[in-house]
Amino acid sequence: MEKIIILIVLITGVIAIAQLVRVYELTYKLKNRGEHEIPNRDNNLNAKLMLGFMMFQFLGFIYLMLKYGWTGRGEPASLQGVETDWLLNVNFIIIILVFFITNFLLFFFAYKYVRKPGVKATYYSHNNKLEIIWTIVPAVVLGVIIILGLKSWTELTAQSSDKAEKIELFAYQFAWIARYSGEDNTLGKFDYKLTTGNNELALMTESTIDTSLNEMKLSIENLESKLKQVNFDYLVSAYRGLSSNSSFKSGIDKAAQEILVSDFNLAEAEAEFKHLYGDHIGNHGHLEIALEAPNQETQTIIGDLEQQLSIKERLYRGLVQMKQNHNPDVDKYALNDILQKDTLYLCKGRDYEFSFRSKDVIHSAYFPHFRAQMNVVPGMPTRFKFTPSLTTNEMRKSKNDEKFNFVLMCNKICGGAHYKMKMIVVVYPEAEYNTWMASKKTATFKDQYSPAVEAVESTIDSNI
Amino acid sequence: MSSVAHENHHDEHHHEEHFISKYIFSQDHKMIGKQFLMTAVFMGLVAMMLSIFFRIQLAWPGEESTFLNIFLGDEWAPNGIMKEDMYLGLVTLHGTIMVFFLLTGGLSGTFSNILIPLQLGARDMASGFLNMLSYWFFFLSSLLMFASLFVHEGAVFGLQLGDPTTSLPGVWDGSGPAMAGWTIYPPLSALPQSVSGSGLGMTLWLFSMTIFIASSLIGSLNYIVTVFNLRTKGMIMTRMPLTIWAFFVTAILGVLSFPVLLSAALLLMMDRMAGTSFYLSDIIVGSEMLANHGGSPILYQHLFWFLGHPEVYIVLLPALGLSSEIIATNSRKPIFGYKAMIGSILAIGFLSFIVWGHHMFITGMNPFLGSVFVFTTLLIAIPSAVKVFNYLATLWKGSLVLTPAMMFAIGLVSTFITGGVTGIILADSALDIALHDTYFVVAHFHIVMGMSAVFGMFGGVYHWFPKMFGKMMNTRLGYVHFWITIIGAYGVFFPMHFVGLAGAPRRYYNYSVYEEFDKGALDMMMDLNVIITFFAIFAALGQALFLFNFFYSIFRGPKAPQNPWRSTTLEWTTPVEHIHGNWPGELPTVHRWPYDYSKPGADEDFIPQTVPLAEGEEEH
Ligand code: HEM
Ligand SMILES: [Cu+2]
Ligand SMILES: [Cu+2]
Repeated sequence: MEKIIILIVLITGVIAIAQLVRVYELTYKLKNRGEHEIPNRDNNLNAKLMLGFMMFQFLGFIYLMLKYGWTGRGEPASLQGVETDWLLNVNFIIIILVFFITNFLLFFFAYKYVRKPGVKATYYSHNNKLEIIWTIVPAVVLGVIIILGLKSWTELTAQSSDKAEKIELFAYQFAWIARYSGEDNTLGKFDYKLTTGNNELALMTESTIDTSLNEMKLSIENLESKLKQVNFDYLVSAYRGLSSNSSFKSGIDKAAQEILVSDFNLAEAEAEFKHLYGDHIGNHGHLEIALEAPNQETQTIIGDLEQQLSIKERLYRGLVQMKQNHNPDVDKYALNDILQKDTLYLCKGRDYEFSFRSKDVIHSAYFPHFRAQMNVVPGMPTRFKFTPSLTTNEMRKSKNDEKFNFVLMCNKICGGAHYKMKMIVVVYPEAEYNTWMASKKTATFKDQYSPAVEAVESTIDSNI
Repeated sequence: MSSVAHENHHDEHHHEEHFISKYIFSQDHKMIGKQFLMTAVFMGLVAMMLSIFFRIQLAWPGEESTFLNIFLGDEWAPNGIMKEDMYLGLVTLHGTIMVFFLLTGGLSGTFSNILIPLQLGARDMASGFLNMLSYWFFFLSSLLMFASLFVHEGAVFGLQLGDPTTSLPGVWDGSGPAMAGWTIYPPLSALPQSVSGSGLGMTLWLFSMTIFIASSLIGSLNYIVTVFNLRTKGMIMTRMPLTIWAFFVTAILGVLSFPVLLSAALLLMMDRMAGTSFYLSDIIVGSEMLANHGGSPILYQHLFWFLGHPEVYIVLLPALGLSSEIIATNSRKPIFGYKAMIGSILAIGFLSFIVWGHHMFITGMNPFLGSVFVFTTLLIAIPSAVKVFNYLATLWKGSLVLTPAMMFAIGLVSTFITGGVTGIILADSALDIALHDTYFVVAHFHIVMGMSAVFGMFGGVYHWFPKMFGKMMNTRLGYVHFWITIIGAYGVFFPMHFVGLAGAPRRYYNYSVYEEFDKGALDMMMDLNVIITFFAIFAALGQALFLFNFFYSIFRGPKAPQNPWRSTTLEWTTPVEHIHGNWPGELPTVHRWPYDYSKPGADEDFIPQTVPLAEGEEEH
């Protein structure tokens, strides 16, 4: 019903416009004027509207600036943010001037130089001096912008100070985990192949390597036996299909059962079936048998299993190599790392050196209030530094919002729940921060991780 | 058909042609241009509708909308509430279609085709056959991209390609179109497990783009060869209208950069289908550990933006070319600084190849490399500024005729300024840190590229409609259309600067997360989002006027005179009725540059290029 009404409204609308246009065209015909000849009235009206539009543009801009406060950006909460906001303001003043002046000239000229009876346009094709001026002036202004900008950029991306506290931010669809480096201020090593149910961050220690080696081995065996089973089932059914003789069939079934309880290999099993078939047709010698190819479904299953197997084997080789190269002396760096979910605690005035790591796709660690951002790229750790300069409480006061919090958001499209991927950031004054940190002493990786070789059903295996 | 062949039988143009060879598999550049235009307009409308859907979602998140339910159906908008995944699918396809199909295929395809032979005095393109092929590749790729909107559980339009029951989705499975943004960064685009659109939807996207690139390459090569070889007598390079210069440089940019996108896409296809690791390393998706090691997702970004940045100029230059022509004609003045205009087109063309890194400042690349890209990027602002000043100087002391085309051209200059200046902020890597991937960027490129190019395209259509269809469009409807469009455009994209500065990331399904930590910012974003959506709906409705005007005028518009805008260029010396070979007799000879408007000493306020210089007259 709704659709019909919409349709009717649309159709009548189109007819109405068409009628209007017809009437308008007829009047033009009466006046004997072509559509391409713009009457002065239209020309002048549009010229005035150009000025009107300019006012709309300018007033709209000024209104937005008044309403939301200059750029609408809010106070920066890091030392680096204070610096970049200053730079932003300088740049803004320049571009806003350019915006107003050039847009004004454009619309003003459009208004002023509209065709007037008896006035001819001035033939004026170029002026080298003028053109050189308006090449050089922007060049100089841009030169200043470049110098100021690169100065900040160099500082922002420079090595952080030695006393900077190191934190790793780990991103995955769709959340963040922080890893503090603990008392030694050194982050332990990691390798994604070490990811298991109780080692989400894939930290590398002697024991996590062993656990992963074990789990990987188990899951390879598991896959191999599945593959063997599928191939065996196929053999059985293929041989059963060779003859409709029921004694032959039951012979095959019986053999199959015997083989299954023993630790068999496929070639032996096939030889045995072949032998049975030879018995059945009375030909014990050299025998050519054309088996039916596995059906589509079985082929897909076999293909998938083989693919998974080759992936696991490759990963396994990597783990073996890792084990050979591993130096257990560095385990301590990982063992005292502190894992922290949901909320990231920072200390006002302390330098932070963040490193970023992704588990799956590209994410971006975006701290709008600290004016900081860095992409989080799988396979390629990235880094960034900043120094919080306002505590959460100070910010709450200045914003007059009791519930305000800093935040870390994901700012690179990463899947359906991208928009929910965030972590609250709390900035404490020194004393409170130290108290919090002290409470975490017993929540290190070592405390949380207990090597669990028996836990075969880890996340990695869950889909096999 | 080659132009040589035409020389011999140009006056046999009355012979009846088959419908098929005239309207469908035509090799005539004018018809092919119109085919590009029609296809692009259709795709543009589709992309516009997609944007209305996601604007509704942004303004009124979580509210039930019958409108959404009608269009997206129960699968994607059950009870009228859009699904998260589909939101991403909509923005991805909106961006892809607008950038590639409307503004690359539509703009270059239409106007290069129609104007290059006509303004150069050629009978047709160098190769009519390749030209036809270029269009049909474009058509096919449009079709595939459109079809990808209808992917459902590994099937499209009833054709089952994937396995709907699979628990491990592959490249033929999944539902919905590509969902990784128009830049389709891997690993999101490489792993069907990571989002539902990275299966069959992405596969179709990649096939479509591959064909699109082929179309673009064939077309561009044809344009370049035509410009080099088929200029009529007297049409030396420095007498070519700026439109041709723009199309010419655009075509060169396309030929040099699209192959790189093709490589990027092929490598991505290999990663998806053949288990290679060009872009993948150390990944666990869901709970599946992949063995891929050693690839780099950043490599893809380098390849993509090596095309991507030239691409934005591939979109923009033709629009600037068209508007140069429109502004000179309707100011009744020569374009100011013709040589400087050519110089800046060339400079922009060259520089556009060495700035791509400004899209990647915060990917973790070496900060020093970032500095280099800051430098080159800000350099490109200089020729851009020169162009703006030259436009202003052209208007100065003109005698402006405000045709709808002229108004759109003026609108283009305005949006080019407004969007260009924010580029300066973004090019400053230190500032880009906090603005990258926010709505500030969305505002920047929609104004500078989206709106400018769309305005250029509308201007082109209004101006050359008489040449394309032999009819006039309705002027007053054109005015209304212009005002609605420019007010709508600024209303939509200007407030986005503020949304972005307040910290709103782009490609967010909604901003409800802010509820928890910054109510103030959320209120501001929501206020502005509602306003933006109203303007977007307003602007979209305004386009109905254009559509109506366009189609009505094709069939019922008044017949066009031969040279309605009193222009100097060659296309207006051809007969109104289209004929094969363009000119019934000899090809015209060119004696002067294309901008002799209001030249002192002449009777008329324009002197066509075919008029020989009077005795003692200086060329310019
Ligand atoms: C004054 C000259 C310009 C400068 C300095 C400039 C600078 C930039 C920078 C630095 C970015 C990256 C921002 C970010 O992602 O964080 C950007 C994005 C963009 N610019 Fe420009 N730009 C300029 C002109 C143009 C023009 C003329 C066009 C189009 C014709 C254009 C189209 C784009 C597009 C499409 C994007 C964003 C693509 C995306 O991320 O999806 N820009 N611009
Ligand atoms: Cu994310
Ligand atoms: Cu760019």
